[in-house]
Amino acid sequence: MATQLKDTRITQSLPQGSVSWPLPPRVRPDLPNHDKATLEAYLATAPLDEVDIADPLWWETDTHWVYFKRLREEAPVFFTSQNSNRHRGFWNVTRWNDVMAVDTNHQVFSSEATLGGITLFDMDPDFIMPMFIAMDPPKHDVQRKAVNPIVSGQNLASYEELIRSRTCEVLDSLPRGDAFDWVDKVSIELTSRMLATLFGWPQERRRMLTYWSDVSTSDPELPGNPGKEERQGILLGMLQEFTMLWNERVNAEPTGDLVSMLAHNPATRNMPPMEFMGNLVLLIVGGNDTTRNSISGGLYFLNKNPGEYAKLKADHGLVENMVSEIIRYQTPLAHMRRTALQDTVLNGQLIHKGDKVVMWYSSANRDDSVLDRPDEFIIDRPRARQHMSFGFGIHRCVGNRLAELQLKILWEEILKRFDHIEVLEEPERVPSAFVKGYKKMMVRIPA
Amino acid sequence: MVKIIYVEHNGARHPVDVPEGENLMEGAVQNNVPGIDGDCGGNAACATCHCYIPEQWEALTGERSELEESMLELADTAKPNSRLACQIKAAPALDGMEVLMPATQH
Repeated sequence: MATQLKDTRITQSLPQGSVSWPLPPRVRPDLPNHDKATLEAYLATAPLDEVDIADPLWWETDTHWVYFKRLREEAPVFFTSQNSNRHRGFWNVTRWNDVMAVDTNHQVFSSEATLGGITLFDMDPDFIMPMFIAMDPPKHDVQRKAVNPIVSGQNLASYEELIRSRTCEVLDSLPRGDAFDWVDKVSIELTSRMLATLFGWPQERRRMLTYWSDVSTSDPELPGNPGKEERQGILLGMLQEFTMLWNERVNAEPTGDLVSMLAHNPATRNMPPMEFMGNLVLLIVGGNDTTRNSISGGLYFLNKNPGEYAKLKADHGLVENMVSEIIRYQTPLAHMRRTALQDTVLNGQLIHKGDKVVMWYSSANRDDSVLDRPDEFIIDRPRARQHMSFGFGIHRCVGNRLAELQLKILWEEILKRFDHIEVLEEPERVPSAFVKGYKKMMVRIPA
Repeated sequence: MVKIIYVEHNGARHPVDVPEGENLMEGAVQNNVPGIDGDCGGNAACATCHCYIPEQWEALTGERSELEESMLELADTAKPNSRLACQIKAAPALDGMEVLMPATQH
């Protein structure tokens, strides 16, 4: 009896309906195999409420599209309760206009870390990392403004030459005639160099930034990934290293890098350690995973669409428009999540206070009620800038212009050098409903 | 038609006839005026149609909405006379108005 009472009190002290670790086993459909065709056939006819689209299976196999198309058509705002003992259940918002309505209503739909934050799976209640993307105004605004200048138009102009020279260096070092992994040699290489510059981090240790980025978004349940406690330890190690940089820079003249900016701005200079760590994770993931996967995705899409590749080779002036189309088509972050601060109605569905609301950018970017032929990759698409991948409203991607600049320079320099880059096989994808990307993509540049 | 003169940061002028009732972001984008992007399609949700309104026209362009205010608050080149062009509709009273653009849209 006494034990039961104690249990009840523990439960009550946790956020409402929180899940406990380790998570209970995931319910999956009973299928003969996990081939793409089998999974797609299942998603095409399964009862909507039987599918847990947060399952990495659908993302690793790139089969989620079938389900989102059905949701957009049959149930555009839909509650997933399958496996809710793992994620508490969540609302899927799948159409462009509904995602826009949630993204622009930060008064009702909160990003607050202590309510779970901005991803489908709540932040660990015992390891809350406050970061400005997972804050509401007014604190969000002052912290975001502390780092905003690093990606201002003026600052980007000063980076352009550096980005171009590095891009040339990386491209000129690629093997000719031999197969190699584009993700490792190009996508990760370019984004990690950029990230090291932004942080004033030693270039020779740039792959540590990639490692921390991968760890912070990795699923602790998947084999091969660090478990929950190990992951926390790795991130604390990152904090320790960055704290040394902070201590060097806080009393020195501002150096224009992100650590120096955070250390000198009154809005961020007194951040508690976990908040410093949170903002580091945000800026590292934001500047790394996203652009990396658009760099890989672009090459993949051009290979899948030879007509578009030919169009590009014939007119290099299409690069800038293509960059936006790549970012739409890739949607490197599949979703952002909010928590309802009050009961509210969205497209006819009553959302209760405290409910998780998941905005599927990857689905909104394929909404044919707003976009013409959205499932096609069209590099000269009119108004290609109108895509959801950067989000909208006050949390819109702060580094969007830098990302576009990196991709633009990369494609300009690729076209100057290589007649063709051939993708040799289907890429290996990241098993995640959040980071939509590639682990490995083998390619060959003809000798 | 309402004559709007879009002025780039470098001083280049782009006079455009914008249909009455259409917002000034659309007026720019549909006429290929450089410097106004309009990524969100006119929802005051991206601040890529950020512009400055000369003092004599300010009162005629109406008030900023709450969202517009929030978005401009985060724009690093914002000034007291900043507006989002998508939130201003072409009206006869604005005929001849200059819309000034920042060096870059973020």
